[in-house]
Amino acid sequence: MSRLKGAPSPPSAARPVGTAGFVLPALVLIGVFLVFPALWTIYLGLTDYRLTGLEAADPRVVGLDNYTAALGDERFRGSLWLTVQFVLGSAVIGQAVLGFAIAWVLRDRRGPVKRVTEGLVLLAWILPSSVVAFLWIALLDRDEGTLNALLHTPGAAWLLDHPMPSIIVFNVWRGTAFSMMLYGAALSNVPPSLLETARLAGASTLQQLRDVVLPHIKGHVLTNLLLISLWTFNDFSTFQITAGGPDGRSEILPVYIYNVALSGGRLGFGAAISFLVLLVNLVFAVAYLRLLRSRRTDATPKAAP
Amino acid sequence: MSEHSKPERSQANRHREGRGGEVTDERAESEGRATPSEEGTSRLKGRPEPAERSEAIRHAVAVIGRATFLAAVLGFFALPLLWLATAPFDARPGITVSVPEFTLRNFQALLDNPYALTSLRNSLIQAGGSAVLVVTLAALAAYALSRARVPGRDALLYVLLLLSSVVTGTAAMVPLFELATRLGLIDTHLGVVLTLSGGLLPAAIFIMKDFMDGTPTSYEESARVFGASSGQILRHVVIPLVRPGLATIAVWAVANVWGSFLQPFILLRDPDKAPGAVILYTLYTEGGAPRLDLISTFSLLYSLPVVVMYVFVSRRYGFRFHGGIKS
Repeated sequence: MSRLKGAPSPPSAARPVGTAGFVLPALVLIGVFLVFPALWTIYLGLTDYRLTGLEAADPRVVGLDNYTAALGDERFRGSLWLTVQFVLGSAVIGQAVLGFAIAWVLRDRRGPVKRVTEGLVLLAWILPSSVVAFLWIALLDRDEGTLNALLHTPGAAWLLDHPMPSIIVFNVWRGTAFSMMLYGAALSNVPPSLLETARLAGASTLQQLRDVVLPHIKGHVLTNLLLISLWTFNDFSTFQITAGGPDGRSEILPVYIYNVALSGGRLGFGAAISFLVLLVNLVFAVAYLRLLRSRRTDATPKAAP
Repeated sequence: MSEHSKPERSQANRHREGRGGEVTDERAESEGRATPSEEGTSRLKGRPEPAERSEAIRHAVAVIGRATFLAAVLGFFALPLLWLATAPFDARPGITVSVPEFTLRNFQALLDNPYALTSLRNSLIQAGGSAVLVVTLAALAAYALSRARVPGRDALLYVLLLLSSVVTGTAAMVPLFELATRLGLIDTHLGVVLTLSGGLLPAAIFIMKDFMDGTPTSYEESARVFGASSGQILRHVVIPLVRPGLATIAVWAVANVWGSFLQPFILLRDPDKAPGAVILYTLYTEGGAPRLDLISTFSLLYSLPVVVMYVFVSRRYGFRFHGGIKS
């Protein structure tokens, strides 16, 4: 501040305003409710802090015990594996592929079909998670679910017998909108003349996709995969459908942390797992930002000719 | 580092242009109208050649394939939503989707339930409080950051944006719960508002700075010449210019908080303070046969504002993508 005031500002440049006073309130709020919790997770993860009991009053620092305990814990390793299935199955494969397919098929369509399709896909994305969770519980209900009525499979308990496929399909339904819109925008950047040339040369659809479309939208594909993986990895809405059950068979990491830390009271242990989630998030986010930066530098020379 | 503020922005622009571009796209064809290549072949229709015939077959297969695919997509996305459209108006709402025996009496159930309308009021308080806080703080910070030459400004913005997408509710639920407990914020609206605002602010500042950068500084210069203070300039000169930006942030913050489940679920134990998201969850998980008349009407009422806001924003400003905007 003082440095800014001291320096004579050139008449044309914007003058310094009460920078610190204007920025400070936002920074304080971000500091207390975003930065501090992240740092505190690291500390809490090194303690045996609990919600109740002796350790609640007087937590001890136990070093890396929580981490070694987690590695030895069957339930944690199981949860990790389910999370990998969930992210790969519902985001990387499900949302990305379905989103691209819809964008591809709708790319040169107009009219009500396009609008209705996009509208429904978007609706699944914007409705509050509590609402969609119940919609899926109703859809998959054992006795009166619409799905069983349609398939003539009365009594099929989808959420009990196939919890993982259920929440994977649910999350594909929930999140495809983002991929659809991103790829829709990306596809409109592919020069139509190139596709036309490829088609006249007798290229099949797959060849067109591989040789013409993919090189043009590579950056978008990566952006999309990074973001939807990050979001899916942190998604808590499946808690409202299965709560991780039955017997932890759909207990992905976010649900696991809740069940262990806040429901089970092992706050220190839960914080340790949270820190691992933070690290994975950081890898995704840094990769995303680097991608944006490199695309920026890539684009500069290409823009010239 | 100043060029770092641009990738995100240019990306957002590109998406916007992408969507806009589609409308004027040369490829725009009404359904069924022939593509240039087909026009070329139809001119030769007099003497069909094997290559053309196979091309025609390929085209037919593609059309059928596309139609089948779209029908499947429509079915998949519509199926779960049908219940929300029919059950609230069904005299005997069941879990199965059925043609409703039309009634509006189910909405009476909302009035009879002690928590239903209170929870919507709570959602309003929390969403409105967060929106006011986020808009105010983001506008102040973005204005200052946009106008002042502070070393490391863009690096700071990027680190904050990075943090907001890294420190999610899932990753920080333990410390957030602890923090709220120690600050005495458990079971308060303020706790939910502060917690959620902290996560929304970085992206809000980022978007707001975009709007601020786009406004000319000459008005401010002349206001300053006439002796206006920074606060006066902000209030009377800058705010009117960036009003669309403020509206965008406000609607975005409201939509985010309105749908939030995890944070209020953790921070509020008292059902009198719980927002719609949490009350709806307890309606279908806690004890006994679920009251479907109540759940269906409540779901509908609780969803409507989000849908309306979304339509409003996308109509007015188009879709924008920012890292962490939906978290």
